[in-house]
Amino acid sequence: MAARRRVLPGFGLGLGYTLAYLGLIVLLPLSALAWKASGIGVAGLLHLLAAPRTQAALRLSFGGALLAALANAAAGLLVAWVLVRYRFPGRRLLDALVDLPFALPTAVAGIALTALYAPNGWLGQALMEHLGVKVAYSRLGVVVAMVFVGFPFVVRTVQPVLATLDREMEEAAESLGARRWQTFARVILPMLAPALLTGFALALARAVGEYGSVIFIAGNIPMRSEIAPLLIVQKLEAFDYAGAAALGVVMLGFSFALLAALSLLQRWSRRWAEQPA
Amino acid sequence: MTAAATARAPAWPRRLAHLALVLAALAFLALFLLLPLAAVFAEALRKGVHAYLAAIDQPGAFAAIRLTLLVAAIAVPLNLVFGVAAAWAVARFEFRGKALLGALIDLPFSVSPVIAGLVYVLLFGAQGWFGPWLAAHGVRIVFAVPGLVLATMFVTLPFVARELIPLMQAQGAEEEEAARVLGANGWQMFFRVTLPKIRWALLYGVLLCNARAMGEFGAVSVVSGHIRGLTTTLPLEIEMRYNEYDYVGAFAVASLLALLALVTLAAKTALEWRYGDELAAHAPGGH
Repeated sequence: MAARRRVLPGFGLGLGYTLAYLGLIVLLPLSALAWKASGIGVAGLLHLLAAPRTQAALRLSFGGALLAALANAAAGLLVAWVLVRYRFPGRRLLDALVDLPFALPTAVAGIALTALYAPNGWLGQALMEHLGVKVAYSRLGVVVAMVFVGFPFVVRTVQPVLATLDREMEEAAESLGARRWQTFARVILPMLAPALLTGFALALARAVGEYGSVIFIAGNIPMRSEIAPLLIVQKLEAFDYAGAAALGVVMLGFSFALLAALSLLQRWSRRWAEQPA
Repeated sequence: MTAAATARAPAWPRRLAHLALVLAALAFLALFLLLPLAAVFAEALRKGVHAYLAAIDQPGAFAAIRLTLLVAAIAVPLNLVFGVAAAWAVARFEFRGKALLGALIDLPFSVSPVIAGLVYVLLFGAQGWFGPWLAAHGVRIVFAVPGLVLATMFVTLPFVARELIPLMQAQGAEEEEAARVLGANGWQMFFRVTLPKIRWALLYGVLLCNARAMGEFGAVSVVSGHIRGLTTTLPLEIEMRYNEYDYVGAFAVASLLALLALVTLAAKTALEWRYGDELAAHAPGGH
């Protein structure tokens, strides 16, 4: 290591530039957030958290994101499985299409989903008439938008692991008399669990903070379909800077706690996956 | 005969299950991905090609296109240089706190775009840290172009670095070390050895970074102030038209961004097919 540092140049320049840039663009601004949030004090923070509207918005942002990430874990696993294990015409095109939510700007996705699921939209009308389900301008609409923006994560984390999975384990399980679903649940799923959890966490983090695609379809009815980031924007527009900053800190705190818990769970699942069966 | 029959017998339900799984996946992709994409163009062309072109041929739309290109033209190169510098430090050297640095580079991905915009308002807004000083010197950052650039830089910061770090770690440093031993100076080594090894991954990261930079909504919405013709990028122009019930206009502008998304996807897929082995086997470079 010491020898390498002598041979290769640019350590000071690379690291120095990286730290300076990160400091200016990310860390200094985030410290302004913490500083401004501290302005409302503990009493102010408790007051903010006790407000029913804050609670409803946080519940929707985090609860909706959890539901959406769960849906994406299931759908992502299915799509990854089909893309890796089966050969059918148009497979590579579909594979490319999976990343559409990464490439499509959220405002575009937002108005497109709203047009589809609105009461007079292609899907909204049918869902309302046949099932009595209202999607746009409701909490369900929020979850639909969150599913859209988070969809590629699980597919893209599970796919490479599934592609390199040792087929001999499956064959061994089946030759020992395991049924197909038993093989899947007891052999394949444990090996995919760490990747699945990574994808779940990424989809969750994305959905919690999502704004652009959600606000169009949500209808933003206070106490019902209002997400936490929208509440921040509203506080900002009312010049309640400290309140906006405090809500931002609360959101970040919850997200990081959730992501830390998931990363622990993932470490545990990895050990479980690597254990000799 | 009987042996063949028993061997083939269990294959039928399995093939049926395959078919069912493929159809379920196709249905999901069609419903959740293709349909929204189709809806953008259908809504934009609802009142015909003439209305569509008229909705785009407006000063507001042209100003938004210019601003979107300008913001991306500043933010993307800066994040490109950052990504290369960060990848060089992280992938080529051992130092204390490296894991923490990696986590900090990824941090913008787990911060809500709204918060990314908010932090710059708190720094440079009228009530912000530098607000009074900026006002005294007549400099506008928030509700002006610099704020849009900064917010875009924040949300797109990780893309290039995340693409390069795993690739450069996998490639190792032997060729660079050889170049140095053979007498190349630092920049010669970088431009003749390192850059050719990472160019496709670099392009890949820039593609994703650019798509997000041109399409960013939440962060720029907070710092923009929505001054038409001055601080509205394309995604903000969509929102303004939509809120004014100009649906054909909103979807017409949206169709431009949807085309950009399709071009991005096509270029990205082409890179994966052509140079897959020169890209990192990475976790998805999410947004």
